[in-house]
Amino acid sequence: MATTSEPGASLIGASVKRKEDQRFITGKGRYTDDVTLPGQTYAAFVRSPHANATINRIDASAALAMPGVHAVLTGADMQAAGVNPIPPGWLHPGIKIAEFRALAVGRVSHVGNAVAVVIAASPSIARDAADLVDVDYTDHPAVADAVAALAAGAPQVHPDAPGNVVFNWQLGDAAAVDAAMAGAKSVVRQHLVNQRLIANAIEPRASLANYDAAADELTLYVTSQNPHVHRLIMGAFVLGIPEHKFRVIAPDVGGGFGSKIFIYPEECVVAWASKTLGRPVKWTATRSESFLTDAHGRDHSTDVEMAFDDAGTIVALRVKTVANLGAYLTLFAPAVPTYLYGTLMSGQYNIPAIHVDVTAAYTNTTPVDAYRGAGRPEATYALERTMDVAARQLGLDPAELRRRNLIAPDAFPFQTAVALQYDSGNYEPALDKALALIDYPARRAEQAAGRAAGTHIGIGLSAYIEACGLAPSHIVGSLGAQAGLYESGVVRIHPTGKVTVLTGSHSHGQGHETTFAQIVAQELGCTIDDVEIVHGDTGRVPFGMGTYGSRSGAVGGAALFGSLQKVKDKGRRIAAHLLEAAPEDVDFAGGNFFVKGSPSRTKSFAEVSLAAYLAHNLPPDMEPGLEATTFFNPSNFVFPFGVHIAIVEVDTETGHVTLQRYLAVDDFGNVINPMIVDGQLHGGIAQGAAQALWEGAQYDSNGQLLTGSMMNYGLPKAAFLPMFETDRTVTPSPVNPLGVKGAGEAGTIASTAAVANAVLDALSPFGITHLDMPLTPARIWSAIHGSHGGN
Amino acid sequence: MYPSSFDYHAAGSVQEALALLAQYGDDAKLLAGGHSLIPVMKLRFAAPAHLIDIGRIPALSAISDGGANVHVGATARHADVAASPIVRTRVPLLAEVTAHIGDPLIRNMGTIGGSIAHADPAADLPAAMLALGASLVLAGPSGTRTVAADDFFTDVFTTALQPGEMLTEVVVPVPGAGSGAAYEKLPDPASGYAIVGIAVQLQVRDGAIASVRVGMTGLGPMPMRLAGVESALAGTAASTAAIAAAAARAGDGLSFDDDVRGSAAYKLNIARVYVRRALVRAMAASAG
Repeated sequence: MATTSEPGASLIGASVKRKEDQRFITGKGRYTDDVTLPGQTYAAFVRSPHANATINRIDASAALAMPGVHAVLTGADMQAAGVNPIPPGWLHPGIKIAEFRALAVGRVSHVGNAVAVVIAASPSIARDAADLVDVDYTDHPAVADAVAALAAGAPQVHPDAPGNVVFNWQLGDAAAVDAAMAGAKSVVRQHLVNQRLIANAIEPRASLANYDAAADELTLYVTSQNPHVHRLIMGAFVLGIPEHKFRVIAPDVGGGFGSKIFIYPEECVVAWASKTLGRPVKWTATRSESFLTDAHGRDHSTDVEMAFDDAGTIVALRVKTVANLGAYLTLFAPAVPTYLYGTLMSGQYNIPAIHVDVTAAYTNTTPVDAYRGAGRPEATYALERTMDVAARQLGLDPAELRRRNLIAPDAFPFQTAVALQYDSGNYEPALDKALALIDYPARRAEQAAGRAAGTHIGIGLSAYIEACGLAPSHIVGSLGAQAGLYESGVVRIHPTGKVTVLTGSHSHGQGHETTFAQIVAQELGCTIDDVEIVHGDTGRVPFGMGTYGSRSGAVGGAALFGSLQKVKDKGRRIAAHLLEAAPEDVDFAGGNFFVKGSPSRTKSFAEVSLAAYLAHNLPPDMEPGLEATTFFNPSNFVFPFGVHIAIVEVDTETGHVTLQRYLAVDDFGNVINPMIVDGQLHGGIAQGAAQALWEGAQYDSNGQLLTGSMMNYGLPKAAFLPMFETDRTVTPSPVNPLGVKGAGEAGTIASTAAVANAVLDALSPFGITHLDMPLTPARIWSAIHGSHGGN
Repeated sequence: MYPSSFDYHAAGSVQEALALLAQYGDDAKLLAGGHSLIPVMKLRFAAPAHLIDIGRIPALSAISDGGANVHVGATARHADVAASPIVRTRVPLLAEVTAHIGDPLIRNMGTIGGSIAHADPAADLPAAMLALGASLVLAGPSGTRTVAADDFFTDVFTTALQPGEMLTEVVVPVPGAGSGAAYEKLPDPASGYAIVGIAVQLQVRDGAIASVRVGMTGLGPMPMRLAGVESALAGTAASTAAIAAAAARAGDGLSFDDDVRGSAAYKLNIARVYVRRALVRAMAASAG
């Protein structure tokens, strides 16, 4: 399909090819590292090789003596200059906030903690000089594991967080759960580890700061998913630069998966260093730095107890989780294992009593924050893995156990036992569709026949729900968020009728330049090539909260839609005036205003646009121009759901898993661009399957990252994956005018449990009820042969 | 990541490369495809002051059929080796193994000589060299010498190459009638390197196994032949029972440790399974 379209053709729901791909696939994308400014210098960081150490002395004399070195700056320099620590953006009662300085002062708390920065004339001089900075440390015992960190006598990560507890957070009715458990027919218990992951966006983090002394203005190019949030937090809280003197530009950004939401030390340092030195300063992470310093994801240790009556109905759920937040609290960290996790514990099920207890721990590891799905994959894994364990224990088919517990379609809006109210949903059709498409009875028969013949097929289901479209500002504010989560959208109509959109959403792979243009073209009757989507620049876009939490379509798209209605409404009044008709008698279709019943009395949108700017003949009291701004604040989250099914074969001789088939049936409400949604889903499934089978960050007991490169951290490769099969049900969301839900994270949220369940299903003849991820061949083989008393 | 700075020398001939090696000694490294050397330089695990590029030496990448042997120049790229009609028809095991290396980008740049001389204990080609009974031609200040693959790999990342020497050619004997070969590899999902790789070259004559060589990579400190397997099979009737018995000896003389890749018991198991699978397929190929 071409990138252009006929005016009037329905563009919502069309698989329009992505406008932005032309520049990306021809190497013309403009990323932060592509920007070069006159007089530019380069930063290289001196990082701690220790996980927990006191800094005794920093000797930069050898580095400073190198030709081409402009400065070596330390945490003490930054502190003396009045630069503040980086604050977290979400607070809980009683939370212990460890001081997170961009350059460490006195102490380092994880390997890779930045200690000093070298600013030099070239990247290689900066790196050479950084290697010459001599830091004298006293190394202390470290703790990397969160459960170990909470144990008595564990090394203390921060003096002001006793016992390494960041917070304890609870949700739900503990007494009701106790009572229901006591009276239950059976209680299924499972311990689950949701291992630590490393995001690995294809573009490493980068920042380039340029301080203009004449204007007293700082410009920062940065790999950010939310440049306005960067400006607000860095400017107001860390550097003390007001918004009108601080411009943040996130140009093309090559993926984030959440890891580019947060305010990192490096961008604070280059911004401050540029102002200090009066020169542009650039830093681009190496892949090794990405592994060590991009915020990691997940890392939960969880005990689930699920109680059933004798009909296989869930009567109560108790979830107790220890969450590893690493050495410091980054922007969303406190929200991820709490409000983005505990609130999802009802899943698609009618569970009358739920209690969730989360203890978050500091450890001597890289900070842990939102990673694609952020809390919701953890909740889905805990719930859906336990559902499979329960099905086996209760002697029920896993699909049947799920079906018995689904929330009924007439129960919406449905108030869960964990705070959320699901506005809409209809779960059984998605389950039915998935089972029909995979031909579930046939697959079970195949499995049985295969087992008799010595092959081991596994079938895994994951029925997920997620809350996204972050988020109703008043709700998140009451829950501790330090900002609202609305979005802005400006629609600027030019005199020729061409359109510029300024959106606070930020595309770093999502394809907004196409999907948002589809919305505009659909509403205004123009082509998508008549529309320019501008994002990622605080100097051009009025305000924005950025892109994460699958919020761009449901919140940013809704803001854009609101502005489109405003310009159409003004256009209608102008057209009515020109056509000498009452505004209520004027309709708009196919890019033309016309008088109802007299289709020949017409003004094109371009004619009306020109009239708005010429202002020779406007209705009395109307301002010239045609432009509108909308801040959309959603009334609720949106709730995508679906059922995913994975089929695997386990080679029991080697433990090797082949992912044979993967089917996703999702309900994203109305879909703007099915091709882009499928693409989002495919990437998400790959990431989620990778957690089940290949990925896992490992630290040794000294806090050294053992999986610090792509040589030993198993990212998914295309050859590991089957062609994904996707289908959908459509239950439009009532909380936004487009009826859309988020689709960016669903693949990741659903697939980890589906794939893990499939592997464990394959292993059931061996008496194996559960294995922790990643389900490597060695782990599977050892479990099989362990259960047989060795081979 | 930026490597430490270095001087670059483009050698026009083997003699020139050897002269540069003699001049700079331990401060110099040969550069061919660069796919092992450049990454370790970028990580600053290696910081040679001089790189001597042998990738521009004419004819050093030639592949030719010498009748009893196939000759492959040291700077022949993996993609060219894998696609070479000479290699594919005369020494198919070399083509098969080469096709397992890395990904297309790596195969388009990496060279046969670079991989063999680097001697990564999990690389694919060394197992093939052992199974094929290849010889390696080494040029040095006092002329050339030929070393059998069996004598070439001596320890972790260590070979028979002496200071001042360079690998110039790989000489692969052409298997006779009734031969079959196979390479079975369990790749690490992260790196693509072999957790275990088993290369088998065998010959069946009158229903019996006349000769068999089994090269293993991945599970030891260096690529090695599995002598226990070979001796169990040599001269026996070519049968699945014989293969099973021989595969059971895959761990003879080896010791395995528990590590992040798995337990010692797991490693012994996959050695046996992959030996068996490679033997089964090589045997089947010998009949075809």
